[in-house]
Amino acid sequence: MRRWLCLFVTAMCLFPQVAPAATPAELLSQIRAVGPKGTGHAEAIAAVKALSQADATALLPILQAIDGASPLAANWMLGAFETIADRALDEKTLPAKDLEAFAVDVKQHPGARRIAYEWLLKVDPTAADRLIPGMLQDPSAEFRRDAVARKLKEAETLLADEKTDAAKSAFETALSGAVDDDQVKAIIKPLRELGVKVNLQEHFGFLAHWELIGPFDNTDKQGFDVTYPPEQELKFDASYPGKMGEVKWTEFVTEEEYGTVDLTKALAPHKGAITYAATTFDSPKAQAVELRLGTPNAWKLWVNGELVFARDEYHRGSQLDQYRVPVSLKAGANSILLKICQNEQTEDWAQKWEYQIRVCDHAGAAITEVDTQTSQLSVPGDLRLALEGRNE
Amino acid sequence: MTRGYLSLAMACILSGSIVTPSHAADWRQFRGNDATGVVADTELVSAADLTVAWKAPLEGRGLSSPIIVGDKVIVTSSSGYHQDRLHVACFNAADGELLWDRQFWATGRTMSHPKTCNAAPTPASDGERIYALFSSDDLICLNLQGELQWYRGLMVDFPNASNSLGMAQSPLIVAGTLVVQIENDSQSLALGIDPLTGESRWTSDRPKRANWTSPAVLPGPTPAEDLVLLQSSAGLAAVDPLTGKVVWNYGNGASTIPSSTVHQGTVYIPSNGITAVKMSPGSANPEVLWNEGKLGPGTASPIVVGDQLLVLNRAGVLLGANPEDGKIAWQKRLEGPFSSSPVAAGSHIYFFNENGLAQVVKLDGEGEITKTSDLGETILCTPAISGDGVYVRSDKTLWKIGG
Repeated sequence: MRRWLCLFVTAMCLFPQVAPAATPAELLSQIRAVGPKGTGHAEAIAAVKALSQADATALLPILQAIDGASPLAANWMLGAFETIADRALDEKTLPAKDLEAFAVDVKQHPGARRIAYEWLLKVDPTAADRLIPGMLQDPSAEFRRDAVARKLKEAETLLADEKTDAAKSAFETALSGAVDDDQVKAIIKPLRELGVKVNLQEHFGFLAHWELIGPFDNTDKQGFDVTYPPEQELKFDASYPGKMGEVKWTEFVTEEEYGTVDLTKALAPHKGAITYAATTFDSPKAQAVELRLGTPNAWKLWVNGELVFARDEYHRGSQLDQYRVPVSLKAGANSILLKICQNEQTEDWAQKWEYQIRVCDHAGAAITEVDTQTSQLSVPGDLRLALEGRNE
Repeated sequence: MTRGYLSLAMACILSGSIVTPSHAADWRQFRGNDATGVVADTELVSAADLTVAWKAPLEGRGLSSPIIVGDKVIVTSSSGYHQDRLHVACFNAADGELLWDRQFWATGRTMSHPKTCNAAPTPASDGERIYALFSSDDLICLNLQGELQWYRGLMVDFPNASNSLGMAQSPLIVAGTLVVQIENDSQSLALGIDPLTGESRWTSDRPKRANWTSPAVLPGPTPAEDLVLLQSSAGLAAVDPLTGKVVWNYGNGASTIPSSTVHQGTVYIPSNGITAVKMSPGSANPEVLWNEGKLGPGTASPIVVGDQLLVLNRAGVLLGANPEDGKIAWQKRLEGPFSSSPVAAGSHIYFFNENGLAQVVKLDGEGEITKTSDLGETILCTPAISGDGVYVRSDKTLWKIGG
């Protein structure tokens, strides 16, 4: 008897009861409140349990609630959605028309729209032909990918049929929507063979013009936590004591088409060393963007003087869009400062000291500056003035 | 968690209400319920003959092991160009029918070496719930009907708890606590999580070095007194799963790829070859029984079958040793390369190499290869054993072999 009493008390404490008549909106509100490190779990557990028993009329409210929810709450909501949708599929009550209307509404959460589309396909496979071709510029990377794949296939067919002009046009259209590197590579190879010039730095939004200073000391990886002068001030006519003597800012423009800045060549293959890299981004408006970084080195990133992320991992691999850092840009010039740290490993595979960084939206499409013709301020003096002025 | 909640949770655990008594045929976590990879008292006749009972298609990619709970087979996968769509799928063990498939979004980094993917850790179960962990640190708890119980995004909590090569440490249910090891160069930790609520009972800092080993179970006098063994480059710590307190420690270093195994209270640690340690009552530190440098495992974890310790080395040579002293008695070259660990039922040990070649070794004194079969797909996962079959998966296919 005591054991059952204990169980009852435990259950009452751990799982607060949800009012029997709670509406999906009320349940979603409880789920929305879930936070990191398990906060709000007791309420969210009760709410998701109740919500998962709802009928198909709850599906659209759940999808709508995902917009604006935290990534954590969004997954709780998705869990309830999937359970209800699976049951509705068996009961043939999936609201196909509503799902389609939601899937094409670009104001909604891109991931939720994609979920709606995939459930729609289970009852209406023809939806793909109806919807996907118009999604080349969609805010959802997944929709764009499907649309690009179709256009790419069309282009390849035209090329095989020796309709060169039409093929070229189709490839260019496909490229306009492509945000995934495998598709970009598949498009630009035939496009370049057709004589079209493609600027991948512009396509992806890589930052190519930099001011570099280093090396500072990173012996035993200790420099990662040292606040060297560039973290306190950006004065491009200043000089500071470095690891091997006085160091000064120097301009560097990468020509590598994926925007890679190879510090072993721009400076020298230093070991146990740190370089700072500064640039500016002229945003046409205040906006939320992603800075996407790839590097095999430890790094810190500041935007407008604010540290936005730091990571001390060395030589575990690198790839395009390895790190996605959401930041808010202000209208006008925004300063971007990177600290790139090299350790002292001696293996052949541990010699890279490089980075690439781009500015894009959530789907991965490049965000352009105020004037793309002068993006990255092609005149070094202008870059320096812009950066220094911003940090005064 | 408040002290009151902790007391209630402990009462619940001790009452036996969280961990359902083990079904004889269940294989609830990586290398089985007790994380040894062995079902000692069962010979699987048709499985040993490598007869395929059924196969089912899988979506996306994955190298996590299947787990089996009652009549259900659970498999995790990840899909999408960025491997950011997470799947937990449930199949009927009798015929491979897909019963349900639930999807979630990755909230942590999904980058990995191309050979692996986001769905590398094997899920765990307490018999009533499924705990699916991904390399992106997303931790999903579902019941056996696929209904979400709770969800955590551990990289939201610990933003640098990731590895650019991908992570693979599998969670483990031990004495009523879900133990999660997430160890990397940048942010390393272990957590003890309440399986009912998803709330953390404890969080411990761990050595900052990339680690792909999975926890193991050191049985106590009762299941509630089991310890969890956390291996790392620093060695191996025996930890109270309820509190996270280190009970004893072996500090002479260990591998970060093959995991330790336990047999009759002895822990066989991939450390300087294999080091066998045992905790004596009243001691503060474990006694080192022996060390054998020639017993160096490759990627596969060691396994004890009957009276033999088996180690698969980097060259694909299976070494049979005496678990009492580590002396190598025989060796047999298998066809590699191997990413997965072997599992055993009775006297038969099942190996799957990366090229999809299944090899059955029968232990009769020395090991003999009795059967091979080419499944024709890349296999990186450690298989599971349940009932009358062996379950194994590639990216695209789930097989039941035998039965």
